[in-house]
Amino acid sequence: MLEAVNLSCARGERRLFSGLNFSLPAGSYLQAFGPNGSGKTSLLRIVCGLAAPAAGEVRWDGTDIVGLGEEYFGAIAYVAHQNGVKDELDPIENLRISSGVAGNALSKREAQAVLERVGLGKQQHLPARLLSAGQRRRLALSRLLASRARLWVLDEPLASLDDDGARLARKLISEHLTSAGMAIIATHQEMGLSAGQVQRIEL
Amino acid sequence: MLATLFFFVIVVSLYPLGIGPEVQLLRRIAPGVVWVAALLASMLSLGRLFGNDYQDGSLEQILLTPQPVYLVVVGKVFAHWLVSEIPLVVIAPVVGLQFGLSENILAIIVASLLLGTPVLSLIGSIGAALTLGLRSANVLVAILVLPLYVPVLIFGAGAIEASIGGLSAKPYLLLQAAALILAVVFAPWATSAALRISVE
Repeated sequence: MLEAVNLSCARGERRLFSGLNFSLPAGSYLQAFGPNGSGKTSLLRIVCGLAAPAAGEVRWDGTDIVGLGEEYFGAIAYVAHQNGVKDELDPIENLRISSGVAGNALSKREAQAVLERVGLGKQQHLPARLLSAGQRRRLALSRLLASRARLWVLDEPLASLDDDGARLARKLISEHLTSAGMAIIATHQEMGLSAGQVQRIEL
Repeated sequence: MLATLFFFVIVVSLYPLGIGPEVQLLRRIAPGVVWVAALLASMLSLGRLFGNDYQDGSLEQILLTPQPVYLVVVGKVFAHWLVSEIPLVVIAPVVGLQFGLSENILAIIVASLLLGTPVLSLIGSIGAALTLGLRSANVLVAILVLPLYVPVLIFGAGAIEASIGGLSAKPYLLLQAAALILAVVFAPWATSAALRISVE
């Protein structure tokens, strides 16, 4: 269970949002809408613990995440605007390294299976610099499949994906929600997921 | 990565070429030259320590892993040391020959570089983490980090100088080892804090 209590965020002199409250039980997702620059990414970074809120706190199972530290990081997976993909490595190496660092080591075969699922089966031995923007996005999303995180924090997950990719991303998130996961999604388009309780906030 | 090595070799070689073949003078300046060149060379590669990870978004992912950031930093700094500092240690005896130094003095040079270069990487990682994403990062790193390198320079050059003068280099090497232990304990901690600030 994730709770935000009276969150506010300031960038320099500008106050992006304040007094934001929500609570997210298992099996539900929160969709944050808002125009460019309204603080969607800032909200996600605060929820992840990468940035500190100007006021308020984020609680995970009732405890402030500042005190939880690494225990909390083990429970979340963040797909940021930047994919975190290393150009010199191929998709298998990228996936195995990032999953290994995140504490879920994958064997080569497991990594191949995950990549097949996200539609990168044919590209698994190409250096990532040869991948298109959409394929890189798929690679970033493949990390979610490899992780055991309960909370997925997704920044524009559908960005640069084709129709097929967007369908796949929706399916993955829906499955995650069905198995009692949670998700926070910043996007300007309706996600329209088939599973999970939705909450919407407008920033 | 090879750029660091060539920079070191060229800087160290410029002195004998510029000063001429006076063995006495060359022996006198060798300790300082080797160490100053090592300091400058090790600064060259600091930008790459976290720079690429910061740009492609991997750094955020690394900071969000259930591992202590301290350990991640130790791993990154160790890798940086292996790739960009160990070659200097290996090549140092060869370039040291230009200064007319004997074998046991060359051995002391290797020992002092072996103890001192990890300290350079560790202290440098603090500067590299603090200046992430800044426009004039390279200049700022130099200003931040070079003053902190001074103890390494003094003890490192001191060890070589003592052995050239026929004294024991041991006290200097022990002081270098002490500096290394201090740096291993405290620098990754400071670097992790700096990374959190830079990413925010």
